[in-house]
Amino acid sequence: MQTKTKLELKMGVATREAFGQALVELGRANKDVVALDADLSKSTYTHFFAKEFPERFVECGIAEADMIAIGAGLASSGKLPFAASFSCFAINKGFEQLRVCVAFPNVNLKVVGTHSGISIGEDGPSQMSIEDIGLACSLPNFTVLSPADEIAARALVHAAAAHVGPVFLRTGRPKAPIVHTAGTCFTIGGSFQFNGAQYNGGRDVTIIAHGLLVAEALRAQETLDNEGISARVIDMYSIKPLDRDAIVRAARESGAIVVAEEHLVATGLGVRVAQVVTETNPCPMEFVGIQDTYAESGTPAELMQKYGLTAMDIAAAARRVKARK
Amino acid sequence: MITHAGSGHPGGSLSAVEIVVALFWDVMRHDPSNPHWPDRDRFILSKGHAAPVLYCALAEWGYTPKSELNTLRKLGSLYQGHPDKRFIPALEASTGSLGEGLSLGIGMSLAAKLDSRPSRTYVVLGDGESQEGQIWEAAMFGGDKKVDNLVAIVDYNRIQLDGFVDDIMSLEPLADKWRAFNWHTIELDGHSIPALQAAFAEAERTKGKPTAIIAHTIKGKGVSFMENNPKFHGVAPTEDEMKRALAELN
Repeated sequence: MQTKTKLELKMGVATREAFGQALVELGRANKDVVALDADLSKSTYTHFFAKEFPERFVECGIAEADMIAIGAGLASSGKLPFAASFSCFAINKGFEQLRVCVAFPNVNLKVVGTHSGISIGEDGPSQMSIEDIGLACSLPNFTVLSPADEIAARALVHAAAAHVGPVFLRTGRPKAPIVHTAGTCFTIGGSFQFNGAQYNGGRDVTIIAHGLLVAEALRAQETLDNEGISARVIDMYSIKPLDRDAIVRAARESGAIVVAEEHLVATGLGVRVAQVVTETNPCPMEFVGIQDTYAESGTPAELMQKYGLTAMDIAAAARRVKARK
Repeated sequence: MITHAGSGHPGGSLSAVEIVVALFWDVMRHDPSNPHWPDRDRFILSKGHAAPVLYCALAEWGYTPKSELNTLRKLGSLYQGHPDKRFIPALEASTGSLGEGLSLGIGMSLAAKLDSRPSRTYVVLGDGESQEGQIWEAAMFGGDKKVDNLVAIVDYNRIQLDGFVDDIMSLEPLADKWRAFNWHTIELDGHSIPALQAAFAEAERTKGKPTAIIAHTIKGKGVSFMENNPKFHGVAPTEDEMKRALAELN
């Protein structure tokens, strides 16, 4: 059953492609920008950069651990390196190097993961990254960002470059609906609350989401409005550091929170939000995400439906959490 | 120093003494009054457990205070159990988790090439450390990309924590492995300063290939009861052993 919605969102490019475009812009502005890849440049879109700046593109072959540590060495010598791969490979295969060569000495390396979550579809679970946010957030000194659309992705690539310190930027494979408007300001440690005026200020429930589930949250918001439930939606694109003030305000003003994400619920944004809520303004919460399991092959839409990551699932969670108030 | 700490790695520090001395005194361009000089050569102790030998070199050059060497491994000491850039900013890398230094060195060498700087990078690897897969990822990269401003020195003392390397996981044929990865490869006596000087000069003359120096060394070199004794991989000498060792070394 599809959620009835009138909300029409224009389809944009994939966040990974927006990253590739922004990296070229950065490369033009700063000769110290270097890109590294591990034989996936056509998928991560670092091939845009490689084409324009071949001398500043480092092809590492299928050796992600080596790539992360080479990136750390480049950063230690004053370069501004962006190392890209699928999220599952960059984070899992490079995790030890992210820990010892990057996080611990606080090295200025930017790691960009593409093909995050299960919306990669047919390739199946060995390529699906559902643990990356938990792992990246567990590393001291790391900033973790998850853009919802091409506008956020471009802005966050620039924010990552301007920030001194290690960053993990999580992007996706499929085209992403455009939820933001050009010129919106994205900052590390910030969040974006959508205009909820037409939804009575979102006094009944807050939906906090990141990545592709922001669009689903906006669809759920409309559905809930039709039922007389006033919901607000926050794009929590900065997963670490978190916008604590926005979470506290949401807990205080709406008194119920749903967190929705394309990641394991056990280690994703939800538990981080819950920590802030329980420390400050306890209220009922529900979590929409991937349960303690690995997914399978299928179309992205089929998978999002089967694993409970649609607007319908978010709306159902919102009704449950409202009933618990 | 290690006796005062009560723990540490004397054997693998002593086997690397001449390598470190040749580099810091005869080969590398570096300036203790300007530790972040962009054109400096880089030194990475990938076998980070041999930190004491590096700390002695840094202190002797005035990068860090000699008077605090005996605070090794104590709370708040500059001289952490393994090299830590947060405590000694002049260090090029925080190491200790084996297998990662050669990749870091490649990154530094690439940065020097991109900036057209004369800097060269020297990475000291352990023999046991060479069992790590990442070493060979980096070896493949260095040979393929012709990173000729990079030198890897393998401190081949033939002992690792659990015993003799050949009993645990033999590296042989080690020189052939590096040659097969397209590195200019030199084997020498790692306790001969002239041999090391000549090899580093040869490495600098070698274009189009990085250089691997297989330095045959003796674990615990210079102290009769430590030499070739696996016990002294990671155990501090007692007070009495320290006195006997210092007498022999002096």
